[in-house]
Amino acid sequence: MASEQEILSGLAEIINEETGLPTDSVELDKSFTEDLDIDSLSMMTIVVNAEEKFSVRIPDEDVKNLKTVGDAVSYIAQAQG
Amino acid sequence: MTATPRRVVVTGLGATTPLGGDVASTWEAALVGRSAARPITADWIGEYDLPIRFAAQAAVPAVDVLTRQEVKRLDPSAQFSVIAAREAWRDAGSPEVESTRLGSAIGTGIGGIWTLLTAYDTLREKGARRVLPLTVPMLMANSSTAAVSLEFGAGVGAHSPVSACASGAEAIAYALDMIRSGRADVVIAGGTEAAIHPLPIASFAAMRAMSQRNEDPEHASRPFDSSRDGFVLGEGAGILVLEAEEHARARGARIHAEFVSAGLSADAHHITAPEPTGAGAARALRDALRSGDLQPSDVIHVNAHATSTPIGDVAEVQGLRAGLGSALDQVAVSATKSMTGHLLGAAGAIESVLTVLALRERIAPPTINIDDLDPAVDIDVVRKDPRPLPATGDLVALNNAFGFGGHNVSLAFRTAG
Repeated sequence: MASEQEILSGLAEIINEETGLPTDSVELDKSFTEDLDIDSLSMMTIVVNAEEKFSVRIPDEDVKNLKTVGDAVSYIAQAQG
Repeated sequence: MTATPRRVVVTGLGATTPLGGDVASTWEAALVGRSAARPITADWIGEYDLPIRFAAQAAVPAVDVLTRQEVKRLDPSAQFSVIAAREAWRDAGSPEVESTRLGSAIGTGIGGIWTLLTAYDTLREKGARRVLPLTVPMLMANSSTAAVSLEFGAGVGAHSPVSACASGAEAIAYALDMIRSGRADVVIAGGTEAAIHPLPIASFAAMRAMSQRNEDPEHASRPFDSSRDGFVLGEGAGILVLEAEEHARARGARIHAEFVSAGLSADAHHITAPEPTGAGAARALRDALRSGDLQPSDVIHVNAHATSTPIGDVAEVQGLRAGLGSALDQVAVSATKSMTGHLLGAAGAIESVLTVLALRERIAPPTINIDDLDPAVDIDVVRKDPRPLPATGDLVALNNAFGFGGHNVSLAFRTAG
């Protein structure tokens, strides 16, 4: 079980690996599309990698509700709980 | 009505090859006659009972040149093409050209085979949900030309001819048409391949197409030698920036050579074996001469396809004889695969780069590893050392490329006027 802080830093690593964005730019209030400029293909890659890293399942119908990094962190924390 | 076709020139060269990570290091290694073949040290080499355990791997790995994100988003074949295209573009002086006047044409024989097979491993080991969303755009054979088109804004068209080991040469031929037809003023053209993977090795080995000299890789690629026993697999990319002459002159570009003409044909004979009399190869060669308004006696140098297979090399000699007749006796023939190995879909592109350099520097690169010239090879092969070409006057050189499926391409280049 990872803390929200651990999930955030893990997610930041995945996003950095995929997009090259610095990890410290991945903050809870950032929007994936508006702030981080992540397209749908990259978003799906991030989801696949996050599922593997955090041993969770994020169904497609839930992915569209993950607007911000914070949404994703909360979702993963809950899915792990 | 235009009586004469637009003249097309080569203004940029780029390459990443088994001999070097760029054009200069590749050319330097070719002139000193260095073999790029080495034992494969990748971790998978011991996993399978492969009959061939050596190859001519890229001298500079793509991961050393590109960013981590680029490596993740591009199949190795596209990585090589992007590296070579960036060099070619810089070499051309980064021309300012409208997106609607710039095209790309980059061929590959096999395409994104690393992506395809790695994704299949993921599917079997971890299930469908773990297959990455970029799998399709990375495995498709047009991913290399698409990546280059995206980077440089080539809006005329992004083409990717697929004709096995003739792909790169066919892409260059296609680029000529793009400029001659008026569609484009500048085209980034060439070929790429990244297939040093156990499956292609096992498959080429199954058809007995590859040399089995595991104990002596550096002497394994020996085109035209009596004891040749197949090709050595190579990888990399070669890219040329081709440009309408008036466009190049208007911007004061340095011109490496003129790209005079291209000839194409199909053997329509056998899915892999070359037509033994070389009739198909000769048709392509004559097509190049005819469309370039060239005579056989104009040709001073040929960079042969010559892969070091027992049947193919002799068929090419027959084709050269049929295409050039007695003029062939005055032609310096080089088989640079003796050094680079066989880069499959990139071969014709790398060898076009070498042909252009041979004209510009007026020197033909050597063919190494010929200890005993096959008696059936009654042509003037440049052996051991490079050979100076005439120091003055216009010189014409041809580059041959052939592919499984019976594809034949001859490209004609001339020294810049």
